[in-house]
Amino acid sequence: MNPTLHAILIFLQTWWVELVSGVVIVAVVPLVAGYLVLMERKLMADMQARLGPMRVGPHGLLQPIADAFKLLIKEDIIPADADKLIFWLAPVISMVAALTAMGAIAFGPAFQVARDINVGILFVVGVSSLGFLGIILGGWASNSHYSIIGAIRSTAQLVSYETAGGLAIVSALLLSGTLSIRGIVDAQQKSGAWFIFLAPVAFFTYLVASIAETNRAPFDLPEAESELVAGYMTEYSGFRWALYFLGEYANMIVVGSVATTLFLGGWLRPFPNVHWLNWIEYLPAFFIAIVGVYCIYRAGKQPVAIQVAFMWAVALACFAIAAVLAAPWILHVLHKFGVAAPLNLDFTVPGLNGAFWFLLKVSVYIYVFMWLRFTLPRYRFDQLMHLGWYILIPLAIVNVLAVGVALLLESALGWNRWLAMVVTTIITMAFALFLVHLHDKRTAAASSAAAVTTDSYAG
Amino acid sequence: MLDSILFYFFAGVAVLSAALMVTRRNAIHSAVFLITTLLATAGIFLQLRAEFLFIAQIILYVGGIMVLFIFVMMLVRLDVALHHIRFRLQRFVALIVALTLGGYISVILFWARKLPGQGLFIQGAAPAERLSPNSEQLAKSLFSSYLLPFEIASVLLLVAMVGAVVMAKNKKGANEP
Amino acid sequence: MGDTLQEEAIKNGGTLLGADELVLNMGPQHPSTHGVLRVKLKLDGERVRGTECVIGYLHRGVEKIAESRSYQQFAPYVDRMDYVAAVSNGLGYCEAVEKLLNVEAPPRARVIRTILTELQRIASHLVWLGTHAMDIGAISPIFYCFREREEILKIFEKYCGARLTTHAFRIGGLQYEAYDGFEKDVERFCLDFERRIQEYVDLLTGNSIWMGRTRNVGVLNTADCIALGASGPVLRASGLKWDLRKAQPYAAYDQYKFEIPVGTNGDTYDRYMVRIEEMRQSRLICLQAIEKIPEGAILGKVGKVLKPQPGEIYHSIEAPKGILGYYIVSDGTTQPYRVRIRPPSFVNLQAFDKMVRGHLVADVVAIIGTLDIVLGEVDR
Repeated sequence: MNPTLHAILIFLQTWWVELVSGVVIVAVVPLVAGYLVLMERKLMADMQARLGPMRVGPHGLLQPIADAFKLLIKEDIIPADADKLIFWLAPVISMVAALTAMGAIAFGPAFQVARDINVGILFVVGVSSLGFLGIILGGWASNSHYSIIGAIRSTAQLVSYETAGGLAIVSALLLSGTLSIRGIVDAQQKSGAWFIFLAPVAFFTYLVASIAETNRAPFDLPEAESELVAGYMTEYSGFRWALYFLGEYANMIVVGSVATTLFLGGWLRPFPNVHWLNWIEYLPAFFIAIVGVYCIYRAGKQPVAIQVAFMWAVALACFAIAAVLAAPWILHVLHKFGVAAPLNLDFTVPGLNGAFWFLLKVSVYIYVFMWLRFTLPRYRFDQLMHLGWYILIPLAIVNVLAVGVALLLESALGWNRWLAMVVTTIITMAFALFLVHLHDKRTAAASSAAAVTTDSYAG
Repeated sequence: MLDSILFYFFAGVAVLSAALMVTRRNAIHSAVFLITTLLATAGIFLQLRAEFLFIAQIILYVGGIMVLFIFVMMLVRLDVALHHIRFRLQRFVALIVALTLGGYISVILFWARKLPGQGLFIQGAAPAERLSPNSEQLAKSLFSSYLLPFEIASVLLLVAMVGAVVMAKNKKGANEP
Repeated sequence: MGDTLQEEAIKNGGTLLGADELVLNMGPQHPSTHGVLRVKLKLDGERVRGTECVIGYLHRGVEKIAESRSYQQFAPYVDRMDYVAAVSNGLGYCEAVEKLLNVEAPPRARVIRTILTELQRIASHLVWLGTHAMDIGAISPIFYCFREREEILKIFEKYCGARLTTHAFRIGGLQYEAYDGFEKDVERFCLDFERRIQEYVDLLTGNSIWMGRTRNVGVLNTADCIALGASGPVLRASGLKWDLRKAQPYAAYDQYKFEIPVGTNGDTYDRYMVRIEEMRQSRLICLQAIEKIPEGAILGKVGKVLKPQPGEIYHSIEAPKGILGYYIVSDGTTQPYRVRIRPPSFVNLQAFDKMVRGHLVADVVAIIGTLDIVLGEVDR
């Protein structure tokens, strides 16, 4: 055989998983991000008493594709005085960083995109933080005042909140004792509880820090549309803008995955160690089947034929997914009735159900992001910095100490792990209250209470 | 084969972008090329199975220090600032420093190999499966055999931090009439 | 610490870090300058060291147009000034010309005018609340506000066929009789509205981010307000109870009980609270008014051609945004010799520089929002 061909074959044999997953990430994540945008718009519409996109496809389901198409065919504008090289490079950095970070995430015991490197969680966090370089450089290269203010805000925000987020991660790593993503989830299985229950303060800190890191409201100052037009992406349009946008949403998936892995038990189902609750494994299939039934019920009420067909399609898809998720149980039942199983499908349970739980948790995490965005006003820059440096970072530092002390109490003095954790968490929370109190005092010193009085002097 | 291809790729990128970094007039362009160099070096670390070093390089240098670099560059007009800090004989001094460093590196390259038991150059990395996790090894050595230097470095950083705070406070005092 | 450093540096005439001042051109195309206001900001970092408002992008010469139109013909033009409170503009103009002609609108017309104007006040405040909250980053309230405003606009549409630039009144009274079920519509809206206001209050009033963004931002005390001529909620938030509806009652306001909300600090939060309370009071006025709308004619005795005696008149009303005054000079012909309008937004905008100096860029949009300007009225 030709030696070159042979070498290529060997290469493909060793690396095909990585190659395929690379292609999958590049192909699928933008689509997922697009539908995340649709989901956000629909949720926002729901909370704002309106319908959201309804025109493209049934219930606006094809909107992301229409949007992507529109962005693709738009004129590509580069401002005359922009630094062309960096203007071109910046959105690419943003996007590539987010997609690369996804490479190390494990979506389930069977679905880790790339290999399980032993500094997995650091890899994800570190590489995703590179995306900020894209924001900063893009803001600078646009040669616009709005952009540069956005870029400067974004840098300061990154430096402040990355610290707090990093310290929160350290707390969880202390509990797990490993940096490998699989190891962290295994540690949670072994300890019998997700780390959110053992270190709630760390989870909260990470939640806030991750919102700030992904530039989401109420920390969306780098792109605050009412102040800076669009912040660092003011001068961007068309597909470069889309790259930034996709990068932002991919980043949301990344931080959601990190939080899920570290604090929410990764792909473990609720109560992973309680065996009599094993039926929880089949709940997802059950609920998806119910959604399918509901779709059939709704199909009869649709006014247009295509909508009826669409509802039926959704229902069938739901049934298919449910059947796959519940395959072992179905086979088991069939076996009881004397039908021989054509093949053993037990191995699908941990894989598919794990992925289901993982994606569910990530979705909930992202839902919280969106919910906050629709509810809260935006922080001002100095308030953001105060929150970061006066409250979150001291709290995160104290929390790392507290978790360390708790582990010491457990290992050296033989305390019950839960007791140690509860005690230290209460101490940390007291400290948090103290910090908030200090902060309030600082702001109250500057402001006297404002009150509105009503009075009538006539009538 | 793949290893060497990757190595030469990373090394080439590192050297090329280092050269570009020095020659660029635009400070931000230099910073971008410095980032490229650092990333390529990180790639070489990863190839040596030094995962922790790889990720530390990315988080600290690329994600932290370079971001601050660019931040300062955007705030301060560097072309003006450079005129202030440039001094006479700068080229001459720079040449001497460069030659000294080059000489130092060549001495190591040519002589250190011959010294027995130095282990400065690992001939080939062991397969990853046979190595215990790199971060654990690093932590163990940092907190046992190299505890004193580690602590000294921490204290040094603390001193630098306190110094920075003091300087900032001083500036405020000087501004007051 | 950073703040004090920066303030020190500013005091000494320099900027922190020795960097140059940044001149940021905000507008005329900007998402939150409420139209085509252009603000030149001199920035040190993010801190505003000086501003310059550039206006006139929407100048249509409304006052000049008046000189070549008859009194009736000019009435629709005033709707185009403050286009989010067209009914109030129309009320001011009609009453001013009535004063000039020395006629009075019949009681029924005056009560219906009061109801519509108060509904318009609520609608105008709703637009303000939605956009103001949007400027500060709360993206949901605007949709709730517009949902309620829609109800009001539907009432307007049923009454006179127009929603925005209504031209609802005529000189001497009303053109149209109130439609069947007018009272019921207003009552339904008012009864529902209390609950709706509570929704905005729940979302914003106690929210610590909202308070942080609005408290002590853009403080304007009473003396400053008077010196700069600021009126309306801006003035009342600083603690002065000055409302023309009480001080110089017009239309039918002297018949109803309502209170004038005032603030204490004169900051953005107080202005927010004052406007929220004003919406509640307007609702009460509407409820009182629909209880008993007097019967009778809706149009007073005015001729087809209006020809006032030579003379001049100044009449002002409390528009949603402040004092709206019309100064009309008649030379005895069918067309006014001169119409001078005192628009509240234009005068309130004067206070902008004073309010915004020393604040951050983010506060600039909050302060533009809290002034509740409409550029159609500023530029005329």
